[in-house]
Amino acid sequence: MAEIRNYTMNFGPQHPAAHGVLRLVMEMDGEVIERVDPHIGLLHRGTEKLAETKPYNQSIGYMDRLDYVSMMCNEHAYVLAVENLLGIKAPIRAQYIRVMFDELTRILNHLLWLGAHALDVGAMTVFLYAFREREDLMDCYESVSGARMHATYYRPGGVYRDLPDSMPQYEKSKWNNQKDTDKRNENRQGSMLDFIESFTDRFPGCVDEYETLLTDNRIWKQRTVDIGIVTPDRAKALGFTGPMLRGCGIPWDLRKTQPYAVYNALDFDIPVGTTGDCYDRYLVRIEEMRQSNRIVQQCIKWLRENDGPVILDNYKFVPPDRERMKNDMESLIHHFKLFTEGYCVPVGEYYAAVEAPKGEFGVYMISDGANKPYRVKIRAPGFSHLAALDEMSRGHMLADMVAIIGTQDIVFGEIDR
Amino acid sequence: MTMVKQFFKNFFLVELLKGLRVTGGQLISKKITVQYPDEKTPKSPRFRGLHALRRYANGEERCIACKLCEAVCPALAITIDSTEREDGTRRTTRYDVDLFKCIYCGFCEEACPVDSIVLTDIHEFHFEEKGMNVIDKVKLLEIGDKYERDIASARHKDAPYR
Repeated sequence: MAEIRNYTMNFGPQHPAAHGVLRLVMEMDGEVIERVDPHIGLLHRGTEKLAETKPYNQSIGYMDRLDYVSMMCNEHAYVLAVENLLGIKAPIRAQYIRVMFDELTRILNHLLWLGAHALDVGAMTVFLYAFREREDLMDCYESVSGARMHATYYRPGGVYRDLPDSMPQYEKSKWNNQKDTDKRNENRQGSMLDFIESFTDRFPGCVDEYETLLTDNRIWKQRTVDIGIVTPDRAKALGFTGPMLRGCGIPWDLRKTQPYAVYNALDFDIPVGTTGDCYDRYLVRIEEMRQSNRIVQQCIKWLRENDGPVILDNYKFVPPDRERMKNDMESLIHHFKLFTEGYCVPVGEYYAAVEAPKGEFGVYMISDGANKPYRVKIRAPGFSHLAALDEMSRGHMLADMVAIIGTQDIVFGEIDR
Repeated sequence: MTMVKQFFKNFFLVELLKGLRVTGGQLISKKITVQYPDEKTPKSPRFRGLHALRRYANGEERCIACKLCEAVCPALAITIDSTEREDGTRRTTRYDVDLFKCIYCGFCEEACPVDSIVLTDIHEFHFEEKGMNVIDKVKLLEIGDKYERDIASARHKDAPYR
Protein backbone atom coordinates (compact mmCIF):
# COMPACT_ATOMS: atom_id res chain seq x y z
CA MET A 1 0.00 0.00 0.00
CA ALA A 2 1.28 3.41 -0.97
CA GLU A 3 2.20 5.83 1.75
CA ILE A 4 -0.39 8.61 2.02
CA ARG A 5 1.20 11.99 2.42
CA ASN A 6 -0.31 15.38 2.90
CA TYR A 7 0.95 18.01 0.62
CA THR A 8 1.78 21.58 1.39
CA MET A 9 0.30 24.40 -0.56
CA ASN A 10 1.25 28.02 -0.69
CA PHE A 11 -1.53 30.58 -0.82
CA GLY A 12 -0.67 34.17 -1.60
CA PRO A 13 0.83 36.69 -0.98
CA GLN A 14 -0.20 37.66 -4.50
CA HIS A 15 -3.51 35.82 -4.54
CA PRO A 16 -6.40 38.21 -5.19
CA ALA A 17 -8.44 36.64 -2.39
CA ALA A 18 -5.60 37.10 0.08
CA HIS A 19 -6.72 40.67 0.87
CA GLY A 20 -3.40 42.29 0.50
CA VAL A 21 -0.29 40.47 1.50
CA LEU A 22 -1.49 37.40 3.38
CA ARG A 23 0.62 34.34 2.85
CA LEU A 24 -0.70 31.01 4.01
CA VAL A 25 1.15 27.74 4.09
CA MET A 26 -1.54 25.09 4.06
CA GLU A 27 -1.21 21.42 4.70
CA MET A 28 -3.81 19.68 2.61
CA ASP A 29 -5.24 16.23 2.63
CA GLY A 30 -6.68 16.15 -0.84
CA GLU A 31 -8.93 19.16 -0.86
CA VAL A 32 -9.39 19.24 2.90
CA ILE A 33 -7.36 21.65 4.98
CA GLU A 34 -5.38 19.99 7.74
CA ARG A 35 -3.42 22.94 9.04
CA VAL A 36 -2.98 26.55 8.13
CA ASP A 37 0.04 28.62 8.95
CA PRO A 38 -0.38 32.34 8.25
CA HIS A 39 2.86 34.16 7.52
CA ILE A 40 2.66 37.84 8.33
CA GLY A 41 4.97 40.80 8.28
CA LEU A 42 5.03 41.62 4.59
CA LEU A 43 3.49 45.02 5.21
CA HIS A 44 5.44 45.84 8.36
CA ARG A 45 6.32 49.52 8.48
CA GLY A 46 7.24 49.90 12.12
CA THR A 47 4.47 52.35 12.99
CA GLU A 48 4.87 51.75 16.72
CA LYS A 49 8.58 52.49 16.61
CA LEU A 50 8.08 55.46 14.30
CA ALA A 51 5.66 56.98 16.78
CA GLU A 52 8.37 56.93 19.43
CA THR A 53 10.53 59.25 17.36
CA LYS A 54 7.94 61.90 16.57
CA PRO A 55 6.05 64.51 18.56
CA TYR A 56 2.54 63.31 19.39
CA ASN A 57 0.64 65.11 16.65
CA GLN A 58 2.88 63.93 13.86
CA SER A 59 1.81 60.31 14.23
CA ILE A 60 -1.87 60.98 13.53
CA GLY A 61 -1.32 60.57 9.82
CA TYR A 62 0.31 57.21 10.34
CA MET A 63 -2.73 55.93 12.23
CA ASP A 64 -4.80 56.31 9.04
CA ARG A 65 -2.45 53.92 7.36
CA LEU A 66 -2.84 51.11 9.87
CA ASP A 67 -6.28 49.82 9.04
CA TYR A 68 -6.49 51.64 5.75
CA VAL A 69 -10.20 51.02 5.27
CA SER A 70 -11.30 52.43 8.61
CA MET A 71 -9.07 55.45 8.80
CA MET A 72 -10.77 57.82 11.18
CA CYS A 73 -11.53 55.13 13.78
CA ASN A 74 -7.81 54.52 14.16
CA GLU A 75 -7.17 58.22 14.56
CA HIS A 76 -9.90 58.31 17.17
CA ALA A 77 -8.19 55.73 19.37
CA TYR A 78 -4.89 57.57 19.08
CA VAL A 79 -6.24 61.02 19.91
CA LEU A 80 -8.28 59.59 22.78
CA ALA A 81 -5.10 58.17 24.29
CA VAL A 82 -3.29 61.49 23.96
CA GLU A 83 -6.26 63.46 25.28
CA ASN A 84 -6.57 61.26 28.32
CA LEU A 85 -2.88 61.53 29.11
CA LEU A 86 -3.10 65.30 28.78
CA GLY A 87 -6.32 65.44 30.78
CA ILE A 88 -8.23 67.37 28.13
CA LYS A 89 -11.54 66.67 26.49
CA ALA A 90 -12.70 67.64 23.03
CA PRO A 91 -15.64 70.07 22.75
CA ILE A 92 -19.01 68.39 22.44
CA ARG A 93 -19.45 69.37 18.80
CA ALA A 94 -16.11 67.82 17.93
CA GLN A 95 -17.20 64.65 19.67
CA TYR A 96 -20.36 64.51 17.59
CA ILE A 97 -18.35 65.08 14.42
CA ARG A 98 -16.01 62.30 15.47
CA VAL A 99 -18.85 59.90 16.14
CA MET A 100 -20.48 60.78 12.84
CA PHE A 101 -17.28 60.12 10.96
CA ASP A 102 -16.58 56.96 12.94
CA GLU A 103 -19.93 55.64 11.81
CA LEU A 104 -19.43 56.76 8.22
CA THR A 105 -16.12 54.94 8.43
CA ARG A 106 -17.89 51.85 9.68
CA ILE A 107 -20.20 51.97 6.68
CA LEU A 108 -17.19 52.50 4.41
CA ASN A 109 -15.41 49.53 5.91
CA HIS A 110 -18.40 47.22 5.84
CA LEU A 111 -19.17 48.18 2.26
CA LEU A 112 -15.66 47.29 1.20
CA TRP A 113 -15.84 44.11 3.23
CA LEU A 114 -19.18 43.16 1.72
CA GLY A 115 -18.04 43.86 -1.82
CA ALA A 116 -14.73 42.07 -1.47
CA HIS A 117 -16.19 39.12 0.42
CA ALA A 118 -18.95 38.61 -2.13
CA LEU A 119 -16.43 38.97 -4.94
CA ASP A 120 -14.22 36.32 -3.38
CA VAL A 121 -17.14 33.98 -3.00
CA GLY A 122 -18.27 34.61 -6.56
CA ALA A 123 -20.80 37.45 -6.66
CA MET A 124 -19.39 40.27 -8.74
CA THR A 125 -22.26 42.74 -8.79
CA VAL A 126 -22.38 43.59 -5.09
CA PHE A 127 -18.83 44.85 -5.32
CA LEU A 128 -19.81 47.41 -7.94
CA TYR A 129 -22.87 48.54 -6.00
CA ALA A 130 -20.92 48.82 -2.76
CA PHE A 131 -18.30 50.99 -4.42
CA ARG A 132 -20.99 53.25 -5.81
CA GLU A 133 -22.01 54.12 -2.25
CA ARG A 134 -18.44 54.27 -1.04
CA GLU A 135 -17.78 57.01 -3.56
CA ASP A 136 -20.21 59.37 -1.81
CA LEU A 137 -18.63 58.70 1.56
CA MET A 138 -15.18 59.25 0.09
CA ASP A 139 -16.44 62.63 -1.10
CA CYS A 140 -17.44 63.40 2.49
CA TYR A 141 -13.97 62.44 3.65
CA GLU A 142 -12.42 64.59 0.98
CA SER A 143 -14.48 67.69 1.53
CA VAL A 144 -13.97 67.62 5.28
CA SER A 145 -10.28 66.78 5.42
CA GLY A 146 -8.84 67.15 1.93
CA ALA A 147 -7.96 63.52 1.34
CA ARG A 148 -10.21 60.72 0.22
CA MET A 149 -8.70 58.16 2.54
CA HIS A 150 -5.82 59.26 4.74
CA ALA A 151 -7.70 62.06 6.39
CA THR A 152 -5.44 63.24 9.27
CA TYR A 153 -8.54 65.02 10.50
CA TYR A 154 -8.76 64.33 14.24
CA ARG A 155 -6.51 66.21 16.61
CA PRO A 156 -5.97 65.87 20.33
CA GLY A 157 -8.49 68.44 21.54
CA GLY A 158 -11.02 68.16 18.75
CA VAL A 159 -11.00 68.00 14.98
CA TYR A 160 -9.00 70.19 12.64
CA ARG A 161 -11.77 72.09 10.84
CA ASP A 162 -15.52 72.42 11.08
CA LEU A 163 -17.75 70.78 8.47
CA PRO A 164 -17.86 72.82 5.25
CA ASP A 165 -20.98 74.75 4.24
CA SER A 166 -20.82 73.67 0.63
CA MET A 167 -19.99 70.58 -1.36
CA PRO A 168 -17.84 70.58 -4.50
CA GLN A 169 -19.89 70.07 -7.64
CA TYR A 170 -19.57 68.27 -10.95
CA GLU A 171 -18.90 70.32 -14.03
CA LYS A 172 -20.51 70.10 -17.43
CA SER A 173 -18.70 67.95 -19.99
CA LYS A 174 -19.24 66.52 -23.43
CA TRP A 175 -20.66 63.41 -21.81
CA ASN A 176 -23.14 65.19 -19.59
CA ASN A 177 -25.08 68.29 -20.61
CA GLN A 178 -26.26 70.95 -18.20
CA LYS A 179 -29.43 69.06 -17.33
CA ASP A 180 -27.58 65.84 -16.46
CA THR A 181 -24.98 67.78 -14.53
CA ASP A 182 -27.67 69.54 -12.51
CA LYS A 183 -29.16 66.18 -11.71
CA ARG A 184 -25.77 64.92 -10.59
CA ASN A 185 -25.34 67.94 -8.38
CA GLU A 186 -28.81 67.72 -6.94
CA ASN A 187 -27.70 66.55 -3.49
CA ARG A 188 -24.61 68.77 -3.51
CA GLN A 189 -26.48 72.07 -3.38
CA GLY A 190 -26.56 72.51 0.36
CA SER A 191 -24.01 72.01 3.12
CA MET A 192 -22.08 68.86 3.79
CA LEU A 193 -24.65 67.81 6.38
CA ASP A 194 -27.34 68.00 3.69
CA PHE A 195 -25.20 65.80 1.48
CA ILE A 196 -24.72 63.22 4.22
CA GLU A 197 -28.40 63.38 5.03
CA SER A 198 -29.36 62.61 1.46
CA PHE A 199 -26.96 59.68 1.66
CA THR A 200 -28.50 58.37 4.87
CA ASP A 201 -31.99 58.65 3.35
CA ARG A 202 -30.90 56.62 0.37
CA PHE A 203 -28.63 54.13 2.09
CA PRO A 204 -31.14 51.74 3.75
CA GLY A 205 -32.56 51.13 0.26
CA CYS A 206 -29.07 50.30 -0.98
CA VAL A 207 -28.59 47.82 1.86
CA ASP A 208 -31.90 46.24 0.84
CA GLU A 209 -30.48 45.84 -2.65
CA TYR A 210 -27.38 44.05 -1.37
CA GLU A 211 -29.57 41.85 0.76
CA THR A 212 -31.81 40.97 -2.18
CA LEU A 213 -28.72 39.86 -4.04
CA LEU A 214 -27.18 37.88 -1.21
CA THR A 215 -29.21 37.06 1.89
CA ASP A 216 -31.50 34.42 0.37
CA ASN A 217 -29.28 33.54 -2.53
CA ARG A 218 -28.71 29.79 -2.55
CA ILE A 219 -25.12 29.99 -3.78
CA TRP A 220 -24.22 32.56 -1.14
CA LYS A 221 -25.80 30.42 1.56
CA GLN A 222 -24.10 27.26 0.36
CA ARG A 223 -20.78 29.04 0.55
CA THR A 224 -21.23 30.68 3.95
CA VAL A 225 -23.72 28.81 6.16
CA ASP A 226 -21.94 26.55 8.68
CA ILE A 227 -18.52 27.61 7.43
CA GLY A 228 -15.96 28.67 10.00
CA ILE A 229 -18.11 28.16 13.09
CA VAL A 230 -16.71 29.58 16.31
CA THR A 231 -18.38 28.84 19.63
CA PRO A 232 -18.89 31.76 22.04
CA ASP A 233 -16.42 30.27 24.53
CA ARG A 234 -13.72 29.82 21.92
CA ALA A 235 -14.38 33.28 20.53
CA LYS A 236 -13.75 34.77 23.98
CA ALA A 237 -10.69 32.60 24.52
CA LEU A 238 -9.26 33.61 21.15
CA GLY A 239 -9.67 37.29 21.89
CA PHE A 240 -12.24 38.02 19.21
CA THR A 241 -13.85 41.43 19.12
CA GLY A 242 -16.26 43.27 16.89
CA PRO A 243 -18.54 41.48 14.44
CA MET A 244 -16.47 38.31 14.78
CA LEU A 245 -17.49 38.11 18.43
CA ARG A 246 -21.02 39.38 17.98
CA GLY A 247 -21.56 36.82 15.23
CA CYS A 248 -21.18 34.15 17.94
CA GLY A 249 -23.96 35.70 19.98
CA ILE A 250 -22.03 37.74 22.53
CA PRO A 251 -23.40 41.28 22.65
CA TRP A 252 -20.06 42.96 23.36
CA ASP A 253 -19.57 46.35 21.81
CA LEU A 254 -17.32 49.03 23.28
CA ARG A 255 -19.78 51.68 22.15
CA LYS A 256 -22.24 50.21 24.66
CA THR A 257 -20.05 48.57 27.27
CA GLN A 258 -17.62 51.44 27.83
CA PRO A 259 -19.03 54.36 25.85
CA TYR A 260 -16.52 56.89 24.60
CA ALA A 261 -17.23 60.23 22.92
CA VAL A 262 -21.02 60.73 22.85
CA TYR A 263 -22.17 57.19 22.18
CA ASN A 264 -24.16 57.02 25.41
CA ALA A 265 -26.34 59.87 24.17
CA LEU A 266 -27.23 58.04 20.97
CA ASP A 267 -29.82 55.39 20.32
CA PHE A 268 -28.69 52.28 18.50
CA ASP A 269 -28.82 48.50 18.78
CA ILE A 270 -26.14 45.86 18.82
CA PRO A 271 -26.91 43.02 16.41
CA VAL A 272 -25.78 39.55 17.43
CA GLY A 273 -25.69 36.25 15.60
CA THR A 274 -26.61 32.78 16.82
CA THR A 275 -24.46 30.09 15.25
CA GLY A 276 -21.21 31.97 14.73
CA ASP A 277 -20.70 30.97 11.11
CA CYS A 278 -19.76 33.12 8.12
CA TYR A 279 -23.40 33.74 7.28
CA ASP A 280 -24.18 35.07 10.76
CA ARG A 281 -21.24 37.40 10.64
CA TYR A 282 -22.50 38.62 7.27
CA LEU A 283 -25.93 39.33 8.77
CA VAL A 284 -24.37 41.10 11.76
CA ARG A 285 -22.35 43.40 9.54
CA ILE A 286 -25.33 44.16 7.32
CA GLU A 287 -27.36 45.14 10.37
CA GLU A 288 -24.44 47.18 11.71
CA MET A 289 -24.54 49.24 8.55
CA ARG A 290 -28.20 50.02 9.18
CA GLN A 291 -27.46 50.91 12.80
CA SER A 292 -24.54 53.13 11.79
CA ASN A 293 -26.88 54.85 9.41
CA ARG A 294 -29.21 55.52 12.33
CA ILE A 295 -26.38 56.95 14.42
CA VAL A 296 -25.29 59.22 11.57
CA GLN A 297 -28.84 60.54 11.25
CA GLN A 298 -28.94 61.37 14.95
CA CYS A 299 -25.56 63.10 14.72
CA ILE A 300 -26.73 65.16 11.75
CA LYS A 301 -29.76 66.27 13.70
CA TRP A 302 -27.64 67.29 16.69
CA LEU A 303 -25.01 69.03 14.59
CA ARG A 304 -27.67 71.07 12.80
CA GLU A 305 -29.16 72.30 16.03
CA ASN A 306 -25.99 72.96 17.97
CA ASP A 307 -23.15 75.17 16.93
CA GLY A 308 -19.91 75.65 18.77
CA PRO A 309 -16.17 75.20 18.63
CA VAL A 310 -14.77 72.02 17.13
CA ILE A 311 -11.40 72.27 18.83
CA LEU A 312 -10.20 73.53 22.18
CA ASP A 313 -8.76 77.01 22.50
CA ASN A 314 -6.07 75.84 24.88
CA TYR A 315 -2.99 77.03 22.99
CA LYS A 316 -0.68 74.81 24.98
CA PHE A 317 -1.98 71.83 23.00
CA VAL A 318 -3.88 73.24 20.05
CA PRO A 319 -2.43 75.79 17.62
CA PRO A 320 -4.32 79.10 17.46
CA ASP A 321 -6.39 79.82 14.36
CA ARG A 322 -4.59 81.49 11.47
CA GLU A 323 -5.96 84.97 11.88
CA ARG A 324 -4.96 85.08 15.52
CA MET A 325 -1.58 83.57 14.72
CA LYS A 326 -0.86 86.33 12.22
CA ASN A 327 -1.99 89.23 14.36
CA ASP A 328 -0.94 88.27 17.86
CA MET A 329 2.65 87.78 18.96
CA GLU A 330 1.73 85.46 21.81
CA SER A 331 -0.23 83.23 19.45
CA LEU A 332 2.60 83.18 16.96
CA ILE A 333 4.92 81.97 19.68
CA HIS A 334 2.45 79.22 20.56
CA HIS A 335 2.21 78.34 16.88
CA PHE A 336 5.98 78.00 16.52
CA LYS A 337 6.30 76.11 19.75
CA LEU A 338 3.57 73.62 18.83
CA PHE A 339 4.82 72.93 15.34
CA THR A 340 8.42 72.41 16.37
CA GLU A 341 8.52 70.93 19.84
CA GLY A 342 4.88 69.95 20.13
CA TYR A 343 3.63 69.59 23.67
CA CYS A 344 4.94 67.60 26.61
CA VAL A 345 2.62 65.01 28.01
CA PRO A 346 2.61 64.25 31.75
CA VAL A 347 4.16 60.99 32.86
CA GLY A 348 1.66 58.17 32.74
CA GLU A 349 0.13 55.45 30.69
CA TYR A 350 -3.25 55.00 29.13
CA TYR A 351 -5.06 52.44 27.04
CA ALA A 352 -7.67 53.95 24.76
CA ALA A 353 -9.87 51.60 22.79
CA VAL A 354 -12.55 52.28 20.24
CA GLU A 355 -14.99 49.99 18.53
CA ALA A 356 -13.42 50.05 15.08
CA PRO A 357 -15.41 48.34 12.31
CA LYS A 358 -13.26 45.24 12.71
CA GLY A 359 -13.32 45.09 16.48
CA GLU A 360 -11.52 46.64 19.40
CA PHE A 361 -8.81 48.91 18.12
CA GLY A 362 -6.69 50.06 21.00
CA VAL A 363 -3.72 52.33 21.54
CA TYR A 364 -1.68 51.78 24.67
CA MET A 365 0.49 54.77 25.24
CA ILE A 366 3.20 55.34 27.80
CA SER A 367 4.55 58.81 28.34
CA ASP A 368 7.77 59.61 30.14
CA GLY A 369 7.00 63.30 30.20
CA ALA A 370 8.67 64.15 26.91
CA ASN A 371 7.15 65.54 23.73
CA LYS A 372 7.25 62.09 22.16
CA PRO A 373 5.57 58.94 23.44
CA TYR A 374 7.86 56.55 25.27
CA ARG A 375 6.00 53.62 23.80
CA VAL A 376 2.93 53.16 21.65
CA LYS A 377 1.40 49.72 21.44
CA ILE A 378 -1.33 49.22 18.92
CA ARG A 379 -3.93 46.57 19.57
CA ALA A 380 -5.20 45.53 16.15
CA PRO A 381 -8.39 43.44 16.10
CA GLY A 382 -7.39 41.63 12.92
CA PHE A 383 -4.33 40.13 14.57
CA SER A 384 -6.21 37.91 16.98
CA HIS A 385 -8.73 37.04 14.29
CA LEU A 386 -5.98 35.92 11.96
CA ALA A 387 -4.42 33.89 14.75
CA ALA A 388 -7.64 31.87 14.85
CA LEU A 389 -7.59 31.18 11.13
CA ASP A 390 -6.08 27.75 11.65
CA GLU A 391 -8.77 26.73 14.11
CA MET A 392 -11.57 28.12 11.98
CA SER A 393 -10.53 26.51 8.73
CA ARG A 394 -9.43 23.09 9.92
CA GLY A 395 -11.45 20.37 8.21
CA HIS A 396 -12.94 22.71 5.64
CA MET A 397 -12.38 22.53 1.91
CA LEU A 398 -9.84 24.69 0.14
CA ALA A 399 -12.55 26.88 -1.40
CA ASP A 400 -13.93 27.65 2.05
CA MET A 401 -10.61 29.19 2.98
CA VAL A 402 -11.49 32.18 0.85
CA ALA A 403 -14.84 32.58 2.59
CA ILE A 404 -13.17 32.40 6.00
CA ILE A 405 -10.50 34.95 5.14
CA GLY A 406 -13.27 37.15 3.78
CA THR A 407 -15.42 36.86 6.88
CA GLN A 408 -12.52 37.77 9.14
CA ASP A 409 -12.25 41.10 7.35
CA ILE A 410 -8.48 40.97 7.35
CA VAL A 411 -6.53 44.12 6.58
CA PHE A 412 -2.81 43.86 6.67
CA GLY A 413 -2.08 47.46 7.44
CA GLU A 414 -3.15 46.90 11.03
CA ILE A 415 -1.91 43.35 11.47
CA ASP A 416 1.64 44.01 10.31
CA ARG A 417 1.60 47.62 11.52
CA MET B 1 -47.60 24.02 4.28
CA THR B 2 -44.44 26.07 4.76
CA MET B 3 -42.44 23.17 3.41
CA VAL B 4 -44.53 23.10 0.25
CA LYS B 5 -44.16 26.83 -0.08
CA GLN B 6 -40.40 26.54 0.44
CA PHE B 7 -40.23 23.79 -2.17
CA PHE B 8 -41.96 25.91 -4.81
CA LYS B 9 -39.83 28.91 -3.89
CA ASN B 10 -36.74 26.82 -4.34
CA PHE B 11 -37.98 25.15 -7.48
CA PHE B 12 -38.86 28.38 -9.26
CA LEU B 13 -35.60 30.11 -8.25
CA VAL B 14 -37.56 32.95 -6.64
CA GLU B 15 -34.64 34.51 -4.76
CA LEU B 16 -32.39 34.40 -7.81
CA LEU B 17 -35.04 36.08 -9.95
CA LYS B 18 -35.45 38.78 -7.31
CA GLY B 19 -31.72 39.39 -7.49
CA LEU B 20 -31.90 39.52 -11.26
CA ARG B 21 -34.60 42.16 -11.00
CA VAL B 22 -32.18 44.38 -9.07
CA THR B 23 -29.38 43.92 -11.59
CA GLY B 24 -31.84 44.21 -14.48
CA GLY B 25 -33.01 47.53 -13.11
CA GLN B 26 -29.42 48.77 -13.15
CA LEU B 27 -29.09 47.69 -16.76
CA ILE B 28 -31.61 50.24 -17.95
CA SER B 29 -31.04 53.01 -15.40
CA LYS B 30 -28.80 56.04 -15.92
CA LYS B 31 -25.13 55.20 -15.44
CA ILE B 32 -23.11 56.98 -12.80
CA THR B 33 -19.77 56.44 -14.56
CA VAL B 34 -17.49 59.47 -14.61
CA GLN B 35 -15.80 59.53 -18.03
CA TYR B 36 -12.43 60.30 -16.55
CA PRO B 37 -10.18 62.29 -18.83
CA ASP B 38 -13.14 64.31 -20.10
CA GLU B 39 -14.84 64.84 -16.79
CA LYS B 40 -13.55 64.61 -13.26
CA THR B 41 -14.98 64.00 -9.84
CA PRO B 42 -15.41 67.24 -7.90
CA LYS B 43 -12.65 68.34 -5.55
CA SER B 44 -13.15 70.43 -2.47
CA PRO B 45 -11.04 73.50 -1.65
CA ARG B 46 -9.42 71.45 1.13
CA PHE B 47 -7.94 68.94 -1.30
CA ARG B 48 -4.33 68.02 -0.57
CA GLY B 49 -2.35 67.33 -3.72
CA LEU B 50 0.95 68.43 -5.20
CA HIS B 51 2.98 71.04 -3.32
CA ALA B 52 3.62 74.59 -4.43
CA LEU B 53 5.43 77.64 -3.11
CA ARG B 54 3.55 80.91 -3.38
CA ARG B 55 4.61 84.51 -3.96
CA TYR B 56 3.21 87.81 -2.78
CA ALA B 57 1.36 89.96 -5.31
CA ASN B 58 4.55 92.01 -5.89
CA GLY B 59 6.44 88.91 -7.01
CA GLU B 60 8.42 88.45 -3.80
CA GLU B 61 8.53 84.86 -2.63
CA ARG B 62 6.67 84.29 0.60
CA CYS B 63 8.98 81.73 2.16
CA ILE B 64 11.15 83.17 4.91
CA ALA B 65 13.00 79.93 5.68
CA CYS B 66 11.56 79.58 9.17
CA LYS B 67 11.77 75.82 8.66
CA LEU B 68 8.54 75.08 10.49
CA CYS B 69 7.41 72.82 7.65
CA GLU B 70 10.69 70.97 7.77
CA ALA B 71 10.30 70.50 11.51
CA VAL B 72 6.69 69.39 11.41
CA CYS B 73 6.93 67.04 8.44
CA PRO B 74 6.27 63.53 9.83
CA ALA B 75 7.91 61.87 6.83
CA LEU B 76 10.96 64.16 6.74
CA ALA B 77 10.19 64.90 3.10
CA ILE B 78 11.25 68.55 3.19
CA THR B 79 14.86 69.74 3.13
CA ILE B 80 15.69 73.41 3.50
CA ASP B 81 18.94 75.39 3.39
CA SER B 82 18.87 79.09 4.00
CA THR B 83 21.05 82.16 3.88
CA GLU B 84 20.86 85.91 4.14
CA ARG B 85 20.09 87.60 0.85
CA GLU B 86 21.85 90.84 -0.26
CA ASP B 87 18.95 92.94 1.01
CA GLY B 88 19.33 91.41 4.45
CA THR B 89 16.25 89.16 4.40
CA ARG B 90 16.38 85.52 5.25
CA ARG B 91 15.62 83.28 2.26
CA THR B 92 15.95 79.65 1.29
CA THR B 93 18.73 78.58 -1.00
CA ARG B 94 17.29 75.14 -1.25
CA TYR B 95 13.76 73.88 -0.79
CA ASP B 96 13.38 70.24 -1.76
CA VAL B 97 10.27 68.14 -1.37
CA ASP B 98 10.61 64.41 -1.84
CA LEU B 99 7.27 63.36 -3.25
CA PHE B 100 7.95 59.69 -2.54
CA LYS B 101 8.41 60.38 1.17
CA CYS B 102 5.55 62.84 1.45
CA ILE B 103 2.38 61.42 2.98
CA TYR B 104 0.22 64.44 2.01
CA CYS B 105 -0.91 65.06 5.57
CA GLY B 106 -1.02 68.83 5.06
CA PHE B 107 0.93 69.66 8.21
CA CYS B 108 3.40 71.81 6.26
CA GLU B 109 0.60 74.02 5.04
CA GLU B 110 -0.88 74.17 8.53
CA ALA B 111 2.47 75.14 9.98
CA CYS B 112 3.48 77.77 7.42
CA PRO B 113 3.05 81.18 9.07
CA VAL B 114 3.18 83.07 5.74
CA ASP B 115 1.00 80.73 3.59
CA SER B 116 3.99 79.93 1.43
CA ILE B 117 4.02 76.15 1.11
CA VAL B 118 0.61 74.92 0.07
CA LEU B 119 -0.89 71.66 -1.12
CA THR B 120 -2.67 72.39 -4.38
CA ASP B 121 -5.50 70.38 -5.88
CA ILE B 122 -3.22 68.90 -8.56
CA HIS B 123 -3.27 65.15 -8.24
CA GLU B 124 -2.35 64.03 -11.74
CA PHE B 125 1.43 64.06 -11.92
CA HIS B 126 4.06 61.52 -12.77
CA PHE B 127 7.80 61.14 -13.04
CA GLU B 128 9.68 59.97 -16.10
CA GLU B 129 13.20 59.68 -14.74
CA LYS B 130 14.79 58.51 -11.55
CA GLY B 131 15.28 61.37 -9.14
CA MET B 132 12.46 63.48 -10.48
CA ASN B 133 10.46 62.69 -7.36
CA VAL B 134 12.48 65.36 -5.55
CA ILE B 135 11.15 68.73 -6.66
CA ASP B 136 13.24 71.78 -5.92
CA LYS B 137 12.48 75.39 -5.14
CA VAL B 138 12.40 76.53 -8.77
CA LYS B 139 9.87 73.89 -9.69
CA LEU B 140 7.75 74.56 -6.62
CA LEU B 141 7.65 78.30 -7.35
CA GLU B 142 6.77 77.54 -10.97
CA ILE B 143 3.81 75.45 -9.89
CA GLY B 144 2.79 78.20 -7.50
CA ASP B 145 3.00 80.87 -10.23
CA LYS B 146 1.05 78.78 -12.68
CA TYR B 147 -1.82 77.91 -10.38
CA GLU B 148 -1.83 80.96 -8.12
CA ARG B 149 -5.43 81.85 -8.98
CA ASP B 150 -6.77 78.40 -8.07
CA ILE B 151 -4.62 78.25 -4.96
CA ALA B 152 -5.75 81.67 -3.77
CA SER B 153 -9.42 81.00 -4.38
CA ALA B 154 -9.29 77.67 -2.57
CA ARG B 155 -7.53 79.30 0.45
CA HIS B 156 -10.08 82.09 0.38
CA LYS B 157 -12.99 79.65 0.43
CA ASP B 158 -11.56 77.68 3.31
CA ALA B 159 -10.29 80.64 5.33
CA PRO B 160 -13.32 80.80 7.72
CA TYR B 161 -12.62 77.27 8.91
CA ARG B 162 -8.94 77.68 9.65
